[in-house]
Amino acid sequence: MGYVRKWVQIIFGFLMNGYWGFPFSRAIYQGPLKVICAPGLNCYSCPASTTYCIIGSLQNLLANVRLSWEAGQYYLGLYVVGSAGVLGGMFGRMICGWACPFGFVQELLHKIPSPKYRVPRPLRYGKYFFLVVFVVLLPLFAIDEFGAGVTWFCKYVCPAGTLEAGLPMLVLQPTLQERLGFIFLNKLVIMLVVVVWSVLASRPFCRVVCPLGAFYALFSRFRLVRLRHDQGNCISCGACHPVCPMGVKFDESPDDGDCITCMKCMTKGCRFDAIYLEVGGIPVRAGRTQSRPVAARRLKAEG
Amino acid sequence: MSVTYSEGRKVHRVRKKPIVVVMLLLLVWFAGIALNEPGRVLELASQVCLSCIGLG
Repeated sequence: MGYVRKWVQIIFGFLMNGYWGFPFSRAIYQGPLKVICAPGLNCYSCPASTTYCIIGSLQNLLANVRLSWEAGQYYLGLYVVGSAGVLGGMFGRMICGWACPFGFVQELLHKIPSPKYRVPRPLRYGKYFFLVVFVVLLPLFAIDEFGAGVTWFCKYVCPAGTLEAGLPMLVLQPTLQERLGFIFLNKLVIMLVVVVWSVLASRPFCRVVCPLGAFYALFSRFRLVRLRHDQGNCISCGACHPVCPMGVKFDESPDDGDCITCMKCMTKGCRFDAIYLEVGGIPVRAGRTQSRPVAARRLKAEG
Repeated sequence: MSVTYSEGRKVHRVRKKPIVVVMLLLLVWFAGIALNEPGRVLELASQVCLSCIGLG
């Protein structure tokens, strides 16, 4: 399953970043595909990007909502929220595990040999703070004298934007180097912290900062595709705990907002068929189908 | 009327909540289209947002 997931991540990475003419044009893709949202966190100012970023677009629309309103255009972000919401309602944070390029980058970084550390659980609430404050409230209410706001998360935080767009654009368009300043330095430091942290801990950005992950997490109880816990088969051995890249204790909180449905708990952790995939209420049993007594005898024999 | 699916002795019911949620958000999506938001999104995404990448 891990092999399949890796290939799905690669394919989605290429689908969202499929414009490879940028070294010649020295500009970003400007075609009609950019009306489609990138399901994962993928900066739309990335030269190869073929889709729009949900978080970037939402902030831009909210930041300029007063100006568009005065011009008689009611851009409230409904198209963006609707697109992200439909994806969230169907897959929730499964998108983080299967289709997010920045999540994939973090997984690759975590493969670098080093001491590994846990992410303190209270920090997981940070992503909701970034979603509410940096993506919605500040762009909407922190406005200048003309009524225009700023894309706070993109401008001051987003390491994906620095990695995928800021640095490549500085190379492609050297004149932009004149604009380098404290804000970019601040973003560069944040990006480096996230890179180092990703080596030391599993998916720290997804767990602590990502506002898109926080949005998808809102659908953890209402999404069509999700993992379920079969209490009848579970012996609470805790085998699903250490394999989870998001630090979820699946047998204790099967609807956890951090579950990215990578299925490691189902395929690598559980030996009792206590975790299974469910699509709209219908179970899709893909785990090892070992009956509880057989598995218990085997575990006992193994000591 | 509920749609059910049987697997051995167990009977599973199709969950309606996610379908309702997706339908509602589809309506939000269509409302955005009616307000011509896709054009604005395309316009935004077709330009390098310098302030978004910390260069403006």
